[in-house]
Amino acid sequence: MPSTANTTNVPAPQKVLILFAHPAPHRSQANRPMLRAAAHLPGVTLIDLYAHYPDFAIDIDAEQARLREHDVVIFQFPLYWYSTPSILKEWQDLVLEYGFAYGQDGDALHDKLFLCAVTAGGLASAYKSGEGRNKSLRELLMPLEHMATLCGMQYLPPFALFGSRTAPEEGRIASHVSDWTRLLRALTRHELPISSLQDLPLLNEALHQQEKEH
Amino acid sequence: MTGALFQAFIYLCAAVIAVPLAKRLGLGSVLGYLLAGIVIGPVSGLVGSETQAIQHVAEFGVVMMLFLVGLELQPRLLWEMRHRLFGLGGLQVVLTSALITGLGMLLKQPWETALTIGMILSLSSTAIVLQTLSEKGLNDSEGGRTAFSVLLFQDLAVIPMLAVIPLLAVAVSGEPAAGAASHESFTLVANLNGAERGAVMLAAIGLVLVGGHYMARPLFRYIASSRLREIFTAFALLLVIGIALLMTLVELSPALGTFLAGMVLANSEFRHELESDIEPFKGLLLGLFFITVGAGIDFAVLFDDFARIMALTVAVIILKGGVLYLLGLLFGLPSRSRWLLTLSLAQAGEFGFVLLSFSQQINALPAELLSKLSLVVALSMLLTPGLFLIYDRFAQSLPAKTKAKESGPIDTHGEVIVAGSGRFGQVVNRLLMASGVKTVVLDYEIAMIDMLGKFGIHSFYGDASRPDLLIAAGVESAKAVVIAIDDRQRAVEMTRFIKRNYPHVKVLARAYDVNHLYLLRQAGVDVAVRELFDASLSTGKEVLKALGLHPYRVEKMATAFRHHDEVGLNDLYGEWDEHQSISENKAILARAREHGKTLSSMLESDRTQFSAHSSRGWTPTETPAKKNDAEETGQ
Repeated sequence: MPSTANTTNVPAPQKVLILFAHPAPHRSQANRPMLRAAAHLPGVTLIDLYAHYPDFAIDIDAEQARLREHDVVIFQFPLYWYSTPSILKEWQDLVLEYGFAYGQDGDALHDKLFLCAVTAGGLASAYKSGEGRNKSLRELLMPLEHMATLCGMQYLPPFALFGSRTAPEEGRIASHVSDWTRLLRALTRHELPISSLQDLPLLNEALHQQEKEH
Repeated sequence: MTGALFQAFIYLCAAVIAVPLAKRLGLGSVLGYLLAGIVIGPVSGLVGSETQAIQHVAEFGVVMMLFLVGLELQPRLLWEMRHRLFGLGGLQVVLTSALITGLGMLLKQPWETALTIGMILSLSSTAIVLQTLSEKGLNDSEGGRTAFSVLLFQDLAVIPMLAVIPLLAVAVSGEPAAGAASHESFTLVANLNGAERGAVMLAAIGLVLVGGHYMARPLFRYIASSRLREIFTAFALLLVIGIALLMTLVELSPALGTFLAGMVLANSEFRHELESDIEPFKGLLLGLFFITVGAGIDFAVLFDDFARIMALTVAVIILKGGVLYLLGLLFGLPSRSRWLLTLSLAQAGEFGFVLLSFSQQINALPAELLSKLSLVVALSMLLTPGLFLIYDRFAQSLPAKTKAKESGPIDTHGEVIVAGSGRFGQVVNRLLMASGVKTVVLDYEIAMIDMLGKFGIHSFYGDASRPDLLIAAGVESAKAVVIAIDDRQRAVEMTRFIKRNYPHVKVLARAYDVNHLYLLRQAGVDVAVRELFDASLSTGKEVLKALGLHPYRVEKMATAFRHHDEVGLNDLYGEWDEHQSISENKAILARAREHGKTLSSMLESDRTQFSAHSSRGWTPTETPAKKNDAEETGQ
């Protein structure tokens, strides 16, 4: 059900770039299966930032070229102190240059889609907006949302796994990975109703609703 | 002289033709040697009765093999396998002997003769089985280890058998076995009674154990410090031959003595060097031994009584195999290991020949029976590769409960070989060890090995650039080799050797300079690191910091410098390679020019683009036009 593009032509497949940031992937039980699932999908490029730049010497030109080649940019990371692991911040600081991503002539990212795929140790109840001091995940990731907006990108709500440490024994990994695969497929095939998703707190529920409609 | 040369020529020729052929046909080297022997002996008659004499020399290959087996077998591992060694091994020898004795009595032999035959045929062929197991990579499988422990017990059991057979001979012939002690030209224990004899034997074993533990190492160290390769080899041979001689003098099995000596030295730093020195001698002698077995087959006797001898051979194989299979069940081996045990050890062995010739000397067996038994032993050995083929075809599909991965007694190699343990290799090794990676460290500087030993790092003596030492250290099963030696030429040769023969092994080398780095790269190195680059870069960074630059800026500049340098290095390699093909000298000149080019381009970039590159990303190149954008990025 293509919804964004109203053209009668079949749109070219969207190219998805996943920028993965986990400083200790060998200990990650949620992100590794997600990586495995994404690795062989057509149209998906997977970049392990900590593996590419163990010394944080990010190759700005290469990263910018990569961004130009893709239509969808995804940050995949575990939530550290309500934010990204440090290399993703370094990546933003270096790669999103004036004149490239923003400012005069800085339109390289215009109209691309941006979203975060987050795993969080805390339970879903800890990220309910309005309960005590709690903020929703989408509220906490506001700096990234602003980054996307300033760069002229379309922002999608985060795709999240909560309680990630207990997820394996609770058997929640498999369903999360299949949601993740479905999301990536839908992105490459233009099948997501972008405008109706943009105001949701999380992408997860919408995926399930969409599945029922199909 | 000509005669000896001619014989050597015949034997070597037969081996060189037959063995590669047999291996290509998937029959294994042992069958190749046996067939070579048959061709030059009974078939063509090129060699004759002198094979007997040669066989005695060649039996020494078995002795050397047990020395090597001992070297690979640390006492701790022997202790771990004691149940199989004495339980399974002991039962195999006793049950098989008993059954064959019964069979012999059924065939109307006196029980003494039958028992002698039983003992002779209960032994299997250590030489064939160990050789074949290691060729097929089954050394470390559960079945392979079990087979090894049974063989080891059999080798030990030869000693009491040598003592018992003369007693049985007395009973048969009715006269004292005068030849019992005279089969060797000279022994120390000929005129002693039982207790004294035992005491002398124990003393000899004690000498090997204590001497091996306390004396061999200082001696090795002294000889190693002379840095003369052939003297070390000579000493290794001297050691093995000396022990064999000592054992012969006290009428013990030389194989047992060298096995014990090997075991004592298994923990020493000279293990791999000894292995690679003795290995070629062992291989040649064992090959010679197999050839003589093939050559010694008496076709006249065989064809006179073909059906009977074949029936006996098959009966022995089935009976031995049956006992082994039952024992495998009893000891709960998974079915694949059980079949390996059954099929690999069902033959009679070279110690059977040794006991047969011993029996001949003391008249323990009638001559006619002897020649037939020799044939049975030889034929059963000849059929062994066939049994291994059966195992390959059918048993491989059977479940093997225990995988070969767990550490076995015959394999104690590391994941990574660190060649050279000087200032460079030490740091590499320390990082690897701290990360839980198992390493084998090689160095030819004996003082270095001593020094490392004081820090608890176990390393081995030897010239790591020698292929045979690398093989002994387990290069084939290693994941990576670190070449940290300071001899540039040898480092390149080592890289070439490893990448040509073991392309799956990663080679990481220490490069002296850019030139050397390219040579290593050409030889196929996976990673080469210039030995002083990192230290120099660190020093440069410290200088910049001392000049007052912000440490983080210095860090960024150094990182950018490193990356720029790597790019230049890769660019120039292409040009360098082109020149290399012209001729060695011109290439060196060309490389020198390229070297100069690298340097100047580096300096140039340092002045112009370099500094800007290192701070890119934090300093916008022009003032933002839209103020609100700039505010939000906090510039």
